[in-house]
Amino acid sequence: MSEVPGDLKYTKDHEWIRLEDDGSVTLGITDHAQESLGDLVFVELPEQGDSPGAGDGIAVVESVKAASDVYAPFECTVEEINGTLADEPEKVNSDPYGGGWIARLAPASPAALDDLLDAEAYEQLLAEAED
Amino acid sequence: MPFIPHTEDDIRAMLDTIGVDSIGRLFEEIPAELVIDDLPGVPDGLGEMEVARLMHGRAARDGSPLCFIGAGAYEHHIPAAVWEITTRGEFYSAYTPYQAEASQGTLQVIYEYQTMIAGLTGMDVSNASLYDGASALAEAALMAVRANRKSRSRRVLLAAGVNPVYRKVAEAIAGTQGLEFDYLPLDPATGLTRLEALAEAGEAPVAVVIQQPSFLGTLEDMDALTDRARELGSLVIAVVNPTSLAVLKPPGEWGEEGADIVCGEGQPLGVPLSSGGPYFGFMAARKKFVRQMPGRIVGRTVDLDGKPGFTLTLQAREQHIRRSKATSNICTNQGLMVTAATLYLSLLGEEGLARVATECHDRTAALCAALTGVDGVRPAFDTPFFHEAVLRLDRPVAPVLAELAARGVLGGYDVSADYPELGDALLVCATETKTEADIRCYAEAMAEVLATGQPRRAAG
Repeated sequence: MSEVPGDLKYTKDHEWIRLEDDGSVTLGITDHAQESLGDLVFVELPEQGDSPGAGDGIAVVESVKAASDVYAPFECTVEEINGTLADEPEKVNSDPYGGGWIARLAPASPAALDDLLDAEAYEQLLAEAED
Repeated sequence: MPFIPHTEDDIRAMLDTIGVDSIGRLFEEIPAELVIDDLPGVPDGLGEMEVARLMHGRAARDGSPLCFIGAGAYEHHIPAAVWEITTRGEFYSAYTPYQAEASQGTLQVIYEYQTMIAGLTGMDVSNASLYDGASALAEAALMAVRANRKSRSRRVLLAAGVNPVYRKVAEAIAGTQGLEFDYLPLDPATGLTRLEALAEAGEAPVAVVIQQPSFLGTLEDMDALTDRARELGSLVIAVVNPTSLAVLKPPGEWGEEGADIVCGEGQPLGVPLSSGGPYFGFMAARKKFVRQMPGRIVGRTVDLDGKPGFTLTLQAREQHIRRSKATSNICTNQGLMVTAATLYLSLLGEEGLARVATECHDRTAALCAALTGVDGVRPAFDTPFFHEAVLRLDRPVAPVLAELAARGVLGGYDVSADYPELGDALLVCATETKTEADIRCYAEAMAEVLATGQPRRAAG
């Protein structure tokens, strides 16, 4: 069973979101997502200042045999990207909730996080997928 | 490893295993109204003997005229060894085999090809080739949209000297995906793109395409065009003739930073004219755009024992992994043509290709001198050219070309329809295959044709 930290929010696309003290959020892919993709060889990062709408692709995580889009969970502006992933994409595998973060986003609306899954709901989603 | 189709027994065994009685059953989910029973206009199949007879007949219609047409495809001498080796059983296949465990030879040839193309263009990476130069430009334009993430534009601006056929093909392929292709204006006095028009172009285009040498044979100021395009925030796509790169500055060195994507027609590298095909397109780019490239890419690696080997790489761009978001629907290359090109470049080497290029330029200069010595023929521009040049006739071009053809001379390409601002303009080309006697023969035929008939009266 993959790790699902209790203090994060999740999407059904296997992304995690952490609300930071300054109101911004950090986004990454879950332990389950990195495990399913296998060893990552490349992460295509967004650019600082990009302002995607909800559901727009903002990054691509690529393993040897698969590539998967990372979506903006809500309308937002990209404030910062994890540039270290350009040279060390494997960080997403080894530390998906820490050094493997992908981008820091400023949500367009403070209510944006309300629709996301909590850890319990995400675990249930994973359990259902396994059935 | 042989690549032999399944036998009836193989197919039966597979169908029995999955419990289906015929292959047709596997396609039952296709709605009946979408299934086509016959293809109107497509005749029944022919046997080998009948096909051979038909094709010999068609080929004979080409005759063996003296050809001075370039306009995108060029007659070059091809050393006999090129096709002798290309058509060996190890290489000769309708399908390029990519399985690393079975196709190290083929993969190595493609890898060598990519290395040569990257070297010629001054780029970091090359793909394994595309179908032809025109579709390569369409793919390059689509690639530029993916790569230029800062631009919201879907407009691609073409220098005046981009092959008009390439534009049509690019529109057919990429137009349905929302791309627009517009030309920058031509300066009819020089045969060059009006550089200042780039600044007046309105919304900054996602990419600017520069062809060198231009379709009219002229040598553009690609340093200035590249730098201006970059100032606008556009990517720079270079369309180049590979032979010319032996003597001209490679696109990777154009302007301050070089072009971003380079494509073109590979036919001049060892592929015969063959009435128009098959040819191959090449494409190269800077490394930072490699994940946006279409087509196959072969990489060099080591196996478990540390021995060098070759394999397809960066496949996450492609359809079998990326599905609808793949960089292209092209998942193969022109393997056989690329094999010939690789052998051609290997046999000629850097020096040999430069000699071909220089010889082509000299022969075209000699051809222009001979033809402009004929009454009624003038040079259209006084601009440096590579191995093609535009001449202006004193009368409409098409009937003159017809008369020349009747004398066994294919006299060039009539550009008056594509570039009406040039008037009665004829694009001629002489490669290293044309001797002094050939050039004299053409000039004499031209003199004969123009001596009969009437010049167009000077208007106004």
